[in-house]
Amino acid sequence: MRLPTLVFTVLLTLSPAASSRELIRGNGPEPATLDVHRCQEVACGNLLRDLYEGLVTEGADGAIIAGAARSWRVSDDGRQWQFRLRDELCWSNGEALTAQDFVASLRRAVTPQTAAPMAQLLRPIANASAILRGEAAPESLGVTAVDAHTLHINLDEPVPLLDRLALPIAMPVYLPAIAVHGVEHTRPGRLVGNGAYRLSGWTPHASVEMEKNTFFHAATDVAIARVRYVVTEDAGSELQRFLAGDVHITETVPPKPLPVLRAQFGERLRISPYVGSFWFGLNLTREPFRDNPALREALVLAVDRDILTRHITGLGEQPAFGIVPPGTRGHAAPVLPMAQLTPAARVARARERYAAAGYSADRPAQLEIRYNTSTLHRKLALAVAAMWRQTLGAQVRLRNEEWKVFVQNRRARVITQVFRGGWIADVNDPLDFLATFSGPDNPLNTTGFADPEFDAALTRAALLPDGTERTALLTAAEARVLSAHAVVPLYFYSSKHLVDDRLEGFAGNPLDHHATRWMRWRDGEAP
Amino acid sequence: MRWLGLFATRLAGGLLTLWLLVTLCFALLHAAPGGPFDTEKAAPPAVQAQLAARYRLDQPLSRQYLAYLGDLARGDLGPSFQYPDFTVNALIAASLPVSAGLGGAALLLALLLGVPIGVFAAAHEGGRLDRLLMALTATLSALPKFVLAPILILLFAVTLKWLPAGGWVAGDWRYRVLPIVALMLPNLAWCARLTRAGVCEALGSEWVRAARGRGIGRARLLLVHALPAALLPVTAWLSPALIAVITGSAVVEHVFGIPGMGRYFVQGALNRDYTLVMGVVVIAGALVIVANTLVDGLRAWLDPRLRTSA
Repeated sequence: MRLPTLVFTVLLTLSPAASSRELIRGNGPEPATLDVHRCQEVACGNLLRDLYEGLVTEGADGAIIAGAARSWRVSDDGRQWQFRLRDELCWSNGEALTAQDFVASLRRAVTPQTAAPMAQLLRPIANASAILRGEAAPESLGVTAVDAHTLHINLDEPVPLLDRLALPIAMPVYLPAIAVHGVEHTRPGRLVGNGAYRLSGWTPHASVEMEKNTFFHAATDVAIARVRYVVTEDAGSELQRFLAGDVHITETVPPKPLPVLRAQFGERLRISPYVGSFWFGLNLTREPFRDNPALREALVLAVDRDILTRHITGLGEQPAFGIVPPGTRGHAAPVLPMAQLTPAARVARARERYAAAGYSADRPAQLEIRYNTSTLHRKLALAVAAMWRQTLGAQVRLRNEEWKVFVQNRRARVITQVFRGGWIADVNDPLDFLATFSGPDNPLNTTGFADPEFDAALTRAALLPDGTERTALLTAAEARVLSAHAVVPLYFYSSKHLVDDRLEGFAGNPLDHHATRWMRWRDGEAP
Repeated sequence: MRWLGLFATRLAGGLLTLWLLVTLCFALLHAAPGGPFDTEKAAPPAVQAQLAARYRLDQPLSRQYLAYLGDLARGDLGPSFQYPDFTVNALIAASLPVSAGLGGAALLLALLLGVPIGVFAAAHEGGRLDRLLMALTATLSALPKFVLAPILILLFAVTLKWLPAGGWVAGDWRYRVLPIVALMLPNLAWCARLTRAGVCEALGSEWVRAARGRGIGRARLLLVHALPAALLPVTAWLSPALIAVITGSAVVEHVFGIPGMGRYFVQGALNRDYTLVMGVVVIAGALVIVANTLVDGLRAWLDPRLRTSA
């Protein structure tokens, strides 16, 4: 061994290196909060799924399974839910966790003073809407503790409740810690959870450390003793850390051609369908798209999605003609004639509709695509602009905006024409994707799509339990948005990670949720 | 008394500068389009109203400004908009020592290595070693940190696997090595080049020639007669270098994933985290004023002519 190598080896042996049993996970940006009710980003959601457990939770494959509740039953009309909690349920400090704790936590979630950004996901619970508007007391929420181990939830709308109860917004919080420490109850040593892990360290903008919670009801099945989530804001730097062995699971993968990544990483590259859709929105409230369905249709037809997903995104994304991704629970995609056409027929039809809209080589459409700062967004906008120019002869400008400015402009619907849009599911439900197009005053309705029949279909679907009638209504609603050409669907997302090949239990799933409790090091191969 | 008056003048000037800085920064932040709570998935109106009230955004701008100045006078930098679990004081208290520790170590090493290298090169002026050292330092000083840092990672972390490729673990020195080297190398290059130029110039001056004429040895000539005067350009460079490394090099912190103050400025601005950006500006501004004062003092100590003019 050469001298420098020897010196470094000795120093490394002496240094307080990471524990040999510690799992290190890339987690993207710094989590904004560890308060379950204030979390709205992926980064904090990942941590909270290790620190807390809702009445139900998600298995490694994303299926909803029993969590803090060991069983439940639902009334025939889908509005009355009764949960039976596990007998041995404890907080991470050893105190008993009861049904009353869930009642108090859900009340806190919908109290306006908590300012929980995702509280509207609990809106189907009786009285939640009125409480959120400040028109009713939190105590009137339709959640009651029948006894210490039985919880009753009364719904106004028979939504698929279990999906929502697995979200951070429905996880229990330890109110005595909040009473004593206020917003600082999320610090190590103060945060009391009920998940598989307990918080042991938090260095802002560096890492969040956790260790196994011995009071967790399934602690004996939790194999990874310690986990450290590290902030990885840059995909390129995260990749270097993975290559150096400093990170065992990456949050994402930098955009590189799939064959190159496959050749370099083989089975360590994990790509799965992800319930998210990417589209370009068209502002229907102003020229040139207002009252101009022919132009909108021409633009939708003139995009070659295969080229986009093969050469621009290139990491397992699926070409999209619709809004709701395949694999969304209770979804049936509408039959779209456009998707059945050959590429050549699609181009011919696009030109025909462009001409019908009154445009030609002498009078080309003047368009502007607006997107927020991102290399991928710029590439996509460039490619789509080129397709519109080549196929139709449209003149297209690109406008890049910083995120906050972009969000504000898109919502205002005053200066936008074509804009980057999309949706990642909060819950695995087609309604989640379609609701963004309902109501002209809806701040999420950035296209300004207004269709009373569409709104009525969504309202009706919200009142139906899962089943064929609900699915049919949502399929018809999706078809209405698409036939109005309010958006140019481009692709459905995929999740992508690099995973250390000594790790087992990391399974692809539609919401890209991967709780550490399902993972383990292959015997004898811990790093 | 003269020193006391000078100190009072510098203090008043510093406070005035800080006030102007705070006012300008406050105005610019609030004039920028997009607000701290503009997100893709908008919160319900009642929630937005609560957030606005919590951060005083429902008040007129003039009242927000006066309230901020009042809090600032009490040493309270306010709650962070983006990270509601933390106050700005807490975030800066955690990040400033990291930035200052790395930056201070990098600068100290740059001085400890750069000055001898500069003296050595000057002693061999025009020789092969001098030309080699100057070529090396010219390359290093021209190399951007966003190029240098990944090269270091590729070499020492990915290829040799001697050190971590990034991240931060409190108390583990291994995570500090590459960031310090990345921060140090360009500073070392500047320091060496400035020292060499200063020593070469001093060696050609009349008083050094006179000293040489008196038969003083080469080493003493270099270190006692030429070096103090040659260090003046280095001290002039020291002030901006000190400020740059202590307030955090955002690029190096970003590449290595270090929880320093530089990143808060960038992230805070992007997130419209008004209080966090203001907090970083106030602390950085105060550091700039203190650093300038200290360096001015050092220069006056090294050069009596500056003392007289002051």
